[in-house]
Amino acid sequence: MAVTAKNISRNEFFLGHKACAGCGASLAVRIALKTLGERAVATLPAGCMSAVGFNFPQLAFANNAIISTFAGTASMMTGIAAGLRRRGEKDVAVVGFAGDGGTADIGIQALSGAIDRNDDILYICYDNEAYMNTGIQKSSLTPFGAATTTTPAGRNIRGNPGKKKNMFAIVAAHGIPYAATASVGYILDYARKVEKAARIRGTKYIHVLAPCPTGWGYDVADTVEIAREAVDCGLWPLQEFEAGEFRLNRKPGNIAGVKDYLKRQGRFRHLTDADMERIAKPEGDR
Amino acid sequence: MSRQFISGNDAFALGILLAKPAVISAYPITPQTTVVERLSEYVESGELDAEFIHVESEHSALSCAIGASAAGVRTFTATSSQGLLYMAECLPYAAGGRYPIVMMNANRAIALPWNIYGDQSDSLSQLACGWIQAYAEDAQEALDFALMSYYIAEHPQVAVPFMVNLDGFHITHTYEIVDVPTREQADAFLPPYETENRIDFARPKNMAFSAGPGHNKIFRRNHHKAMLRSSEVIVECESRFAEFFGRRYSGLVDAYKTDDAEFVLVTLGSVAGLARDAADELRGQGAKAGVLRLRYMRPFPEEAIRKALAGAKAVAVLEKDISPGKGGAVFAEVSGVCESVRLNAIGGLGGEDISKESLRSVFAMLAEGKEGELWL
Repeated sequence: MAVTAKNISRNEFFLGHKACAGCGASLAVRIALKTLGERAVATLPAGCMSAVGFNFPQLAFANNAIISTFAGTASMMTGIAAGLRRRGEKDVAVVGFAGDGGTADIGIQALSGAIDRNDDILYICYDNEAYMNTGIQKSSLTPFGAATTTTPAGRNIRGNPGKKKNMFAIVAAHGIPYAATASVGYILDYARKVEKAARIRGTKYIHVLAPCPTGWGYDVADTVEIAREAVDCGLWPLQEFEAGEFRLNRKPGNIAGVKDYLKRQGRFRHLTDADMERIAKPEGDR
Repeated sequence: MSRQFISGNDAFALGILLAKPAVISAYPITPQTTVVERLSEYVESGELDAEFIHVESEHSALSCAIGASAAGVRTFTATSSQGLLYMAECLPYAAGGRYPIVMMNANRAIALPWNIYGDQSDSLSQLACGWIQAYAEDAQEALDFALMSYYIAEHPQVAVPFMVNLDGFHITHTYEIVDVPTREQADAFLPPYETENRIDFARPKNMAFSAGPGHNKIFRRNHHKAMLRSSEVIVECESRFAEFFGRRYSGLVDAYKTDDAEFVLVTLGSVAGLARDAADELRGQGAKAGVLRLRYMRPFPEEAIRKALAGAKAVAVLEKDISPGKGGAVFAEVSGVCESVRLNAIGGLGGEDISKESLRSVFAMLAEGKEGELWL
């Protein structure tokens, strides 16, 4: 049965943590664990969610959870899955929650290895588009033009000169059994992808856009709205890759909304019209 | 028990086969590679009922082993040299989490300059990482360490990971006659791994967490105490081992004619046999020479060294590593517990042979009252 707002578990597995108000990533972790239930084992590398969730003696996970090394999310999950299999544990969801830097930069080697082995794990990348936990430094998933503390917007450089790495395509290129993009703005779509992934054997990857008011520069009440706009304007299409086929889940409705999306975030405040047009062009850098 | 003519790597792999780890993760690196080749053959043939995981790096090898150990099963990995350094981040991670992983390290030089041959620079650079560190002298001891290491590491009073070091090529690739225990003997000696420090669905746990100032100290101190306690468990384990297999080991050190020795050479690993030969020759000429082999660097055999060197006039430390700007790591540690330590002999770097003549000259220099550093 597909998960809905009415039937989703009332149990909370991630609570009492220290995430910022309006944190998109904590929403992604919370909803995934509610969907997966008490047989989930969560692995989190260094990053926002481990920093806010594992401060002894204030431990915020009600299910089994462990911090991995920064680069070692997927490799630790491989070991956990193997160990639990050897203990005869069945119906277990070995799930990982790593940020954009933990996934696309330092953790990509281990992730690629796990997909290559087709280990039975669900890897969720919560993408807030920079190293937020350490103070908003650029990652390879920071979009073009975004100001971060290591790509400041000044007279000579206008934010990040590079573009956002396409992790979804990279993961799909491995021939993974299941991959999807999602957004905390479309939370049921996300929860259903988590639910579907949990039923598939082998490696699964979900890349969920998780806006960060602290790093992006918008009001803490607007996280879900911003996360929806990113999808609606076409910058973050909701897609799936399953059994070798790509599928677009939702047709972007408002391509013209790109400028509005950019303008309401402090990190893009310095962009010129030309910059914004470059971002809006489907073939352009993102 | 069967007698086999095999390499140190093969002997160690047989020991691991007998210890029955449930999960093995490994990445190839010379001169360790044949250990994991043997183990994958055992898994293929069905002799070993384990999951063999081909990881993409040494960092992942140990990260994966930590995950499997956190799931509550016996785990093995192996590495060498650059591989050990590449996984270095995971070393204190495994130790701080108190996961009793066993790892074989084939001691090998570290780059630069590139060199695939044996020395002990790799493991001696990681003394502070929180692992038990043992150094085998030959293939038999390597096999025996493979069995004993799990007993010690998994002991409830210890619960720290265990690194067994084999001199690259000198032990790993040298063929020797080895007594191989039977499956029944090994099963009787080594109990199955049981722990509460694991993922548990009845009592869910948050593991490998952060601990701020105040708490941090408590976890670190507990770890330190467990390492110190492991000295007693090592002795207990060796008595048990002797009962089952008839081979008796001597605790943290192996002292050879040190009781009345005036001049003692302290060393570790495979060169100890040659050192004993040199000492015997000198004794034939009237010099009271002895050899102290350190079987363990962690826990550090402080008491045993002090006792063995109590009557020595002058002591030299021979080691296959150099900490540039200081000297040998072992020399620094042994000097801290014995005032008679005079000479630091640095030898065998990058696989260079150490001759008996050079060891005789070390003893001769001790007798002449020489001090300082000596490059063989």
